[in-house]
Amino acid sequence: MEVALAIVIGALYAAGLYMMLRRSMVKLIAGLVLLGYASNLLIFVVSRLTRARPPLVPEGAQGIAEPFADPVPQALILTAIVIGFGLQAFALVLVRRAYQAVNNDDLDQVTASDRPDLQQ
Amino acid sequence: MTSIILVVATRLIFPLMLMFSLFLLLRGHDAPGGGFVGGLMAASAFALFALATSVTRARDALRRSTFRLIGIGLLFAFVSGLPGLFAGSPFLRALWTSTELPVIGKLSSVLLFDTGVLLVVVGVTLTIVFAMAEADEEEEE
Amino acid sequence: MLPILIPFLMAILSIINWGNRVLHRFLALAGSVGLLFAALALLTTVNEQGILSSNIGDWPAPFGIVLVADLPAAIMILMAAIVGLAVLVYATASMDKGRERFGYYPLILLLLMGMCGAFLTGDLFNLYVWFEIMLIASFALLALGGSRAQLEGSVKYFALNLLVSAFMLTGIGLLYGMTGSLNLAALAQTLRAAGPEQPVTTVAIFFMIAFGIKAAMFPLYFWLPASYHTPPVAVSAIFAGLLTKVGVFALIRVFTLLFVQDTAWTHGLLLAGAALTMLSGVLGAMAFDDIRRIFAFHIISQIAYMVLGLALFVPMALAGTIFYMVHHILVIVSLFLVSGLIARAGGSYFKAQLGGLYGTRPLLALLFLVPALSLSGVPPLSGFWAKLTLLRVTLAQELWLVAAIALLVGLLTLFSMVRIWLSAFWGPPGPAAASVTPMRAGERRALYGSTLALVTLTLALSLFAGPAFELAERASEQLLDPAGYIAAVLGEGS
Repeated sequence: MEVALAIVIGALYAAGLYMMLRRSMVKLIAGLVLLGYASNLLIFVVSRLTRARPPLVPEGAQGIAEPFADPVPQALILTAIVIGFGLQAFALVLVRRAYQAVNNDDLDQVTASDRPDLQQ
Repeated sequence: MTSIILVVATRLIFPLMLMFSLFLLLRGHDAPGGGFVGGLMAASAFALFALATSVTRARDALRRSTFRLIGIGLLFAFVSGLPGLFAGSPFLRALWTSTELPVIGKLSSVLLFDTGVLLVVVGVTLTIVFAMAEADEEEEE
Repeated sequence: MLPILIPFLMAILSIINWGNRVLHRFLALAGSVGLLFAALALLTTVNEQGILSSNIGDWPAPFGIVLVADLPAAIMILMAAIVGLAVLVYATASMDKGRERFGYYPLILLLLMGMCGAFLTGDLFNLYVWFEIMLIASFALLALGGSRAQLEGSVKYFALNLLVSAFMLTGIGLLYGMTGSLNLAALAQTLRAAGPEQPVTTVAIFFMIAFGIKAAMFPLYFWLPASYHTPPVAVSAIFAGLLTKVGVFALIRVFTLLFVQDTAWTHGLLLAGAALTMLSGVLGAMAFDDIRRIFAFHIISQIAYMVLGLALFVPMALAGTIFYMVHHILVIVSLFLVSGLIARAGGSYFKAQLGGLYGTRPLLALLFLVPALSLSGVPPLSGFWAKLTLLRVTLAQELWLVAAIALLVGLLTLFSMVRIWLSAFWGPPGPAAASVTPMRAGERRALYGSTLALVTLTLALSLFAGPAFELAERASEQLLDPAGYIAAVLGEGS
């Protein structure tokens, strides 16, 4: 299982980087999203995969019996997903606005901040 | 594109969804549930309402602006941290009352925090949903 | 604890009353004054009692989230508070209504909160969360108002920073898999005990790249000059002064506390990066006409001096780095504010359009001259002491090439400042001067007042360089002796 997931993670990183190297703004965002997923999945895998109980203390008991899943990485991933979601939503709005301003999806045309004649 | 089936169903489901969101919030402490899920549930109730009728009416039904909801939610979470600070322990220290209430269980500052989370989630989600829905409505016109 | 809570509360109140500009102004000013007092109180307590730590929610240290205030963190928070207050005062007179209504003030407050959190946190994942809070606030500030250049600048800034997040998260994941903890103090213990078979250095490189992009280090600085000059001055000043410093601070924190196994390799890499950053930054500054872009490139070359101090990795050099950070924050923020004033008084940000300001605005000329000379390290001013310390350590370690580059860069910085002086302040009035409208009295008071306050602080730092440097030395001792940090977080005897 770890091996399969490791391959998936590698593929995600590769795909993300490949997308980022394209010239399109939308692909840039898609690449960043993929990179985010890859790192989330990485955290999930490094904490060791177990087929175990959820880390909840049952009613009346004093603790959980081993083996149980490590809750920390799950909390980390959840936080990272929520933050990533917010950032991606913002990124999409930003790209849409930039697209409207530039009228082009090509990143090579995004040069106004380097050209004094286009600044007011 | 108002469908009569959707409108009628929404009228039934909308209060149920809100009740369920409250239920999720209250049971959240020792069982799956809590402010985040509850907030998403409440937000989807309002999103459904907006789909069935219109964004303007959904905004009216919400009664507060979405930004204000976020602010109030954050304030709730902030306030829930204070009692611990005054009791001499660090910020956000959970305090529990000893009395057991029916349904809710023990009252605590954690519940206040969770309510804050619920309000923030509702506010943020609806800000996004309403903004997108309004952009759509404008394009249709 | 308070430095986070005060801006948070004020931001909350501002969000509740969204769109009320006057109230926002008031809340923001109250918040930053409160932050200033809280920061002063924190600094004196930490100075007297040593490192403080607080477990949020009272969960004990390696498991819960910890906030740790040591001297470097307290100093940085004080700087953030000072700059925040000055920039907010400046903004009350220079920000346009649209941006004010769309939440400029709450965003600045959130940004300050994120910074204080990043300085104080004692947990690696928490550092990531604070970074993201800062990021979201800064994205919104950068894109707010949205001219074409501004939007494009934000796209670049945004893409690079999302990449940083991914790198950082990867590093955090690997580190957690290796050690099973993310608490900085606990990590410092386990990593010191880790054998050579652990890929610690690999993980260290992940963090170096992530924070290096944040701090705008050598191969990865292109986003900074592409975006910093696009928003209004009251936004870019706070970015220039504080955002990159957070990156440098994170580098310092991680590479003094965690990754010290293989200093010859990691810190050697930092050294090379620093030297190249210095050179490329200052050469970039030569090429541009827009004053704000020139300053943006100078940020890069100056950041390198701070990284240099970290790379040398001896107490004296780290003290120099901390002193340098304080000096540079004051100087670069006043320079950005001055660039706003130049544009207000001369009608343009472009050197070629300006001229003769010395005749019409002698005070402005003085306000430019002091930080400009300090930036390039002319003797009695604070920049001289900072550079001198770092240079002496470099020479003591017999790194002749690096020392030569550092000296050369100082000279080139002076040259570039003199060029601005010649074209903007000397000579006949420039062609843009015709479009200038006279300033109202209240506007003049806020704009000049805030800039003057920062310049006075620079002068004070130059005069009292001795005591300030002693404080920096004590801070660097705390950085190089992680035992104190570990004891404060995990308790004695651990």
